[in-house]
Amino acid sequence: MYEHDVIVVGAGGAGLRAAIAAHEAGADVAMVSKLHPVRSHTGAAEGGINAALQEGDDWELHAYDTMKGSDYLGDAPAVETLAKNSPEETINLEHWGMPFSREEDGRVSQRPFGGLSYPRTTYAGAETGHHLLHTMYEQVVKRGIQVYDEWYVMNLATTDEADPNDRECHGVVAYDVQSGNIEGFKANQGVVLATGGPGQAFDHTTNAVSCTGDGHAMAYRAGAPLEDMEFIQFHPTSLPSTGVLISEGVRGEGGILYNSEGERFMFEHGYANNSGELASRDVVARAELTEVQEGRGVEDEYVHLDMRHLGEERIMDRLENILHLAEDFEGVDGLVEPMPVKPGQHYAMGGIEVDENGQTCVNGLYAAGECACVSVHGGNRLGGNALPELIVFGKRAGRHAAGEDLGEPEIRTGYGDDVEDETDADLPVQPGEAGLDTAGGVAADGGVTADAEGILERTVETARQRVDRLMDKEDGVQHAEIRAKLQKAMTDYVNVFRTEEGVKKALRLIRECRQEYQDVYVDDPSRTFNTDLQQTIETRNLIDVAETIALGALVRNEFRGAHWRQENQIRDDENWLKHTLISWDEGEPSIFYRPVILEGENKTYEPKERSY
Amino acid sequence: MSTQQAEPESQEAPEDPEMKGAESPAAEEQKGGGMVDEHAEKRAELEGETVHIKVFRYDPEVEGKQEPRFDDFHVPFEKGMTVLDSVMYARDEYDSSLTFRHSCRQAVCGSDAFFVNGKQRLGCKTQISDLEQPVRIEPLPHQEVVKDLVVDMDHFYDQMHTVEPYFQDEDTPATDDLEEQRQSPENREKIKMSSRCIWCGACMSSCNIAAGDNEYLGPAAINKAYKFAMDDREDEQIKEHRLRILEQEHGVWRCQTQFSCTEVCPKDIPLTEHIQELKREAVKKNLKFW
Repeated sequence: MYEHDVIVVGAGGAGLRAAIAAHEAGADVAMVSKLHPVRSHTGAAEGGINAALQEGDDWELHAYDTMKGSDYLGDAPAVETLAKNSPEETINLEHWGMPFSREEDGRVSQRPFGGLSYPRTTYAGAETGHHLLHTMYEQVVKRGIQVYDEWYVMNLATTDEADPNDRECHGVVAYDVQSGNIEGFKANQGVVLATGGPGQAFDHTTNAVSCTGDGHAMAYRAGAPLEDMEFIQFHPTSLPSTGVLISEGVRGEGGILYNSEGERFMFEHGYANNSGELASRDVVARAELTEVQEGRGVEDEYVHLDMRHLGEERIMDRLENILHLAEDFEGVDGLVEPMPVKPGQHYAMGGIEVDENGQTCVNGLYAAGECACVSVHGGNRLGGNALPELIVFGKRAGRHAAGEDLGEPEIRTGYGDDVEDETDADLPVQPGEAGLDTAGGVAADGGVTADAEGILERTVETARQRVDRLMDKEDGVQHAEIRAKLQKAMTDYVNVFRTEEGVKKALRLIRECRQEYQDVYVDDPSRTFNTDLQQTIETRNLIDVAETIALGALVRNEFRGAHWRQENQIRDDENWLKHTLISWDEGEPSIFYRPVILEGENKTYEPKERSY
Repeated sequence: MSTQQAEPESQEAPEDPEMKGAESPAAEEQKGGGMVDEHAEKRAELEGETVHIKVFRYDPEVEGKQEPRFDDFHVPFEKGMTVLDSVMYARDEYDSSLTFRHSCRQAVCGSDAFFVNGKQRLGCKTQISDLEQPVRIEPLPHQEVVKDLVVDMDHFYDQMHTVEPYFQDEDTPATDDLEEQRQSPENREKIKMSSRCIWCGACMSSCNIAAGDNEYLGPAAINKAYKFAMDDREDEQIKEHRLRILEQEHGVWRCQTQFSCTEVCPKDIPLTEHIQELKREAVKKNLKFW
């Protein structure tokens, strides 16, 4: 058994920032990650970091744009924390040596992004995430923080009191991918989940293959609710064949979208008469698919993104990486041809419910980054707001886990007297009740009496038995088959446009995946680097996460942000200024709601019609 | 070198006849009567072309895979298919024990550097249609093989860490005075290419010197040091400290400018040029010549 004060699970942007912060607060920190840190998906982020750095801009404008972009589903205390802290954190990265793009006077450059009232996106070419990831990993190396890389965390070691608010997380159980050894990692002060997004629930995604919602699923099964999971961002410009991302920076720099008839449809068909291509992402994604559906798509599938008029010099300076991606993955030379693009799953606005300090309702369990929902993005994330979220809330989670007092949070978590729990949605199946492979979250029996070591040992034992079962079974279904079916169901029915009937179909298919998973087996008999085993466990996580996405999409019977419903194409502020929360209640999802906090420090954000 | 090493010996493995992989015990244990039938069936269903890939297999734990061999797979070709797509297809459809690292599939995570048709390349960035068939896919040479296409990266990471790969100025901003350090666009341009390294290890694997000298820092680590040494934001004293690390016996002077690192770098980093520039810097500072 390994033992540290703070265990950070995942080593992308949020995890690295959390680890550095906890280390600076004096804690003995370790990072446990299924990938080596430099392989994390933060490295694929292209666009930039929103931070009000320049004169004429200020954090209140950033907060306002973010609340509007969120379609008034962001919680103001979280949004304001982000906007206030991002400048300091961005400058801090610069001091750590991050190679930002520069102006002639040597200051960091900023550029326009969708939904922003000021050009406040700080960037490093079209490779901002790569530089952010490497810069922070460098700082982890500098500080000598322990990294257990290629260790796959399977489970949280959490006590099992009936009310998740009374539970305590004492550590994690992980297996060493190289050797197959399963070990406990005891966390004396806290566990920070920073496991990234769940994009692999969809088959056309900009997300890495490793983005399988592991943290979401582990926290969910340990009792922390998942919040606003229905809000999935579909990025308007991904390459049609692979899902590879073409940065919003292309539109920020002046790139233009055309349909097959050569029309600049964002204006000509009235989707966003003021902002055009720079409307927020949900607006542009719907516009593109509408063009395709109305027969004005190219090859009935995509539209064109043209940046030729920007000129080679500007492209090479600010968007060079985009030229390489278009060439390598689509065979298109962006200097002489327009690039084919279509919406692709990109980001989960929802995630593990946390407060401004990154804490979940389970004591000692934190989450930060894309796997968490604090919530700053509400119904729709603005481009350039993911990276500041990583650093601002990663740092807060790390500090709080290390015992620093960050003050009383305004955001509440878990089931309490401020929630509303009736739902009149007609569920097609009781999707959670299939017992499936006892991978449940809480391992201790009678948590009050068990000590931390005992809980960890029991969780390790459960994990070992589970792996033995999967490995010993000689025949059955393979994970790849189930995963493909799940991804197809989500892409067919829980995509940009959603209908009640479609989402119900998705839930039935997800239920089928659950049932098939009962019969899953691992064909590779080796304990050495067994990716078959790892992907089998990941697939179980994807099923749990996909189910919460579809359930959220079914119960939220309105149109808000990225969540569009055929039957009800209006935003229903009367009934839906609230977060959807889904918790794992004895093996079944239970749904409740918590009101959005629109009161900020100095003002209340009044919901207005969102036009661009 | 042992058979666990993807050294030239294993690259010289006999040209196995079609479907030789199916004769291995591991393959025979497969559901549905082994790989031959499965392949035949799959191919019969296909209307288009298939691509023939030969994939290096080795697992220290599994009988029948302890002796390195190549398995043949025929995967249906799709426009735009990359080497990574082909091995993913082979794994998901034919043999789930086929093991390799991969994640982002867009050339930024650096995990899928393989030895493809005799050259280090990123699987995700290499179009299969550009390659001669059968496409031979092997682990990176000169690294210990953990299993199939997975090599042990520890030595590579150690070398990266040796050059103190982090900004050394301790000057962090005060919260009431938010101001960045200044860097000219020209200086940023100078370090730009070096900052693109994704730690894939292709360069190190291609380097003859690194193959013969385990202590040689290698092109990736030297390039990482270049990024810091040439960055005007660090002061002169720190730059000299960096050059001292680089001019040590197993540092920049070992490079014999064979350009193999530059040739294989998937991010087009002019590695050899960077190493030469650091030699010149070291000379300028009157540092020791080995």
